Amino acid sequence: MDLKVNDYTTDDDLTVINVEGEIDVYTAPKLREKLIDLVNKGKYHLLVDMEKVEFLDSTGLGVLVGGLKRVRAHDGSLELVCTQERILKIFRITGLTKVFGIFDSVDDAREHRQKQK
Amino acid sequence: MAPETATVELAFSPLPAHVRTARLIATAVARRGGVEETLLDEVRLAVGEACSRAVEAHRKQCPEEPVRVELRDGGDRFVVVVTDRVPDDDPTRSGGTEPVDLTELNGDLNLGFAVIAGLADDVDIASTPSGVEITMSWPVKKD
Repeated sequence: MDLKVNDYTTDDDLTVINVEGEIDVYTAPKLREKLIDLVNKGKYHLLVDMEKVEFLDSTGLGVLVGGLKRVRAHDGSLELVCTQERILKIFRITGLTKVFGIFDSVDDAREHRQKQK
Repeated sequence: MAPETATVELAFSPLPAHVRTARLIATAVARRGGVEETLLDEVRLAVGEACSRAVEAHRKQCPEEPVRVELRDGGDRFVVVVTDRVPDDDPTRSGGTEPVDLTELNGDLNLGFAVIAGLADDVDIASTPSGVEITMSWPVKKD
């Protein structure tokens, strides 16, 4: 299954990236290019919605970490929406739950963002 | 004890697209071999990680050589052996022979081995003169 990556920007300047499919060594470059493209366009507050991600490996994790490093260089943020246990387990194993903000929904992430302003 | 001979052997060109195929085959053989359904996701992910590492190592050093995967069932454990042909490629060492593409994607992290170690029930990584051999195994439920 191919990886589908789409994005939209909310009225509070948060760019939501919907990812659907399998993120692995074959497809991860597509996500990486999307993150780089958004940062190059000045989008520094990113929310990656992973609810439709069926598989995630370490290459995908590396791409997300790379994206986080890029937005932080501009005082930005990269957070995740994920409730799937099989995906969350990978973040826990690698200790990345301490690195990424992980929310149950896009609305939850936006609400958290509003409270921090 | 698992049998010495592989019940399924797979050799594939070191292309990232084939890693998915290896994952699917490993999961199917594990299911047929009696690995618990709750562990199949772990098998799929760990095999994918080991194959991804081997593919990237081959692409840099020996793209004409296939990556080999052995899947052994029929014993107390389901055993997967992923073998590359990159000599002296110590997978736990940073820099040196670290695959370029994977390094570029993963940054300075070595997440693949963290994932394998966290998922496989038993892991052995052997660096030999002919390449690196990653052996992983999971228990098989008894009838």
